[in-house]
Amino acid sequence: MIVRELELDLDAFEGPFDLLLTLVLKDELDLREVDVAGIVLAFVERLDERDALDLDACGEFLVLISALLELKARGLFPEEAAELAELEPEEAAEELARRLAEYRRMKDAAGWLRERLATEGERYFRLGPAPLAPKVETPLAPQEPEKLAHVLRLLAAEPPVVSLVHMALRFPPVSQFVERFRAVLRRRSRFDFDQEVGPLSRVEQAVAFLALLELRRSGEIAIEQAAPFAPIRISRPGVEREGSWTVRSA
Amino acid sequence: MDSPLRLIASNPLDQLARTLEALLVVASAPLSVAELAEAADDDAERVEAALGLVRERYSEGRSGIVLEHVAGGWALRSSREAAEACARLFEKPAQRNLSQAALETLAIVAYLGPCSRPAIARIRGVSADSAVANLVERGLIAEAGRDDSAVGGAIRYRTTPLFERVFGLESLSQLPRLDDIGEDADAIRARLHEVAEKRSA
Repeated sequence: MIVRELELDLDAFEGPFDLLLTLVLKDELDLREVDVAGIVLAFVERLDERDALDLDACGEFLVLISALLELKARGLFPEEAAELAELEPEEAAEELARRLAEYRRMKDAAGWLRERLATEGERYFRLGPAPLAPKVETPLAPQEPEKLAHVLRLLAAEPPVVSLVHMALRFPPVSQFVERFRAVLRRRSRFDFDQEVGPLSRVEQAVAFLALLELRRSGEIAIEQAAPFAPIRISRPGVEREGSWTVRSA
Repeated sequence: MDSPLRLIASNPLDQLARTLEALLVVASAPLSVAELAEAADDDAERVEAALGLVRERYSEGRSGIVLEHVAGGWALRSSREAAEACARLFEKPAQRNLSQAALETLAIVAYLGPCSRPAIARIRGVSADSAVANLVERGLIAEAGRDDSAVGGAIRYRTTPLFERVFGLESLSQLPRLDDIGEDADAIRARLHEVAEKRSA
């Protein structure tokens, strides 16, 4: 059994013991978060799975876990580590006694508080935030009732009907433009789409474009565009794009 | 009591006492003499004298309401004989089920406060985080600035007036002296040496 490969499943860490030690030594894992008792438990469980007692493994584990405990203890009391190390054994015992006495006093003080609670617990009193300072009232300026009535009359009036005109998009029928373009083409062999619909609204332009597609589908017109966003030119089918192009509209 | 001044038909001190009664019954926290004097629009000395009258009227055995000097001020509370009835009607969340850890932490903050969580942990030997959070929640201790000894020092805690009130203390100075309670360092040192000798033997 190899102690370093002991699998751990702790709150702060999951993986082999070896990795835990590495992370701790590199300060990438806070030892204070590590449950040392959990590691011991995992080891003991593993030991229990085997019939024979692996003394080597136990010895190695003992060394590692005690080193870990020492590190953790130092981590918990960083400023005291140096402090205590410099002390002679006699002084250290003295210091320890002093601290134990301090804790003992506090424990007794806690005992006193508990007794006090038992005897003083019979006292019930009112609790809550006390509005000690009277609230400052901001007085209202004197008002005339007629003014109030006037304001109320304004509020009571029927509100004007809100116009919803702007909300309705008016779509002219596609057929209107189909007829229009047919008429144009009867007069001329070609025309420029932008020039034809230029003065119209955006919605009308869109509908005009749909009319164009309609006419194209039925083969009544040919559509040409030299490049994206270039002017769209419409002609009767069969009329080739020649030098005869002239802008006669507009 | 025999002072001729007090025989005046409308006894002004008696009137002041009635005013104080009114203030105390409205208040939900102890009122200091200064606060009472300001509210009653009278001077502190007369307020103290009037408080004597009120205290006499509201004392254990004479009244269901008792005037007490607590948490640095004066406050009305229930009489002890009414405790059972009060307990049936009200809970006392501030002091219910205080654990040993919480009481020890409370003792440390009360005696050594303001003090930080690391300082508490140092004395108790275990982390004080949950005990401190618990006491803050109950309103028995509160934050009191930071430790000045280091940059970004730990938050320090002190006990609140509610602590004094719950424990029936006029002020923290009413806590027993630490020397009066507990085993002294000498006794502990003797025991330590005893253990050490056993081990080396």
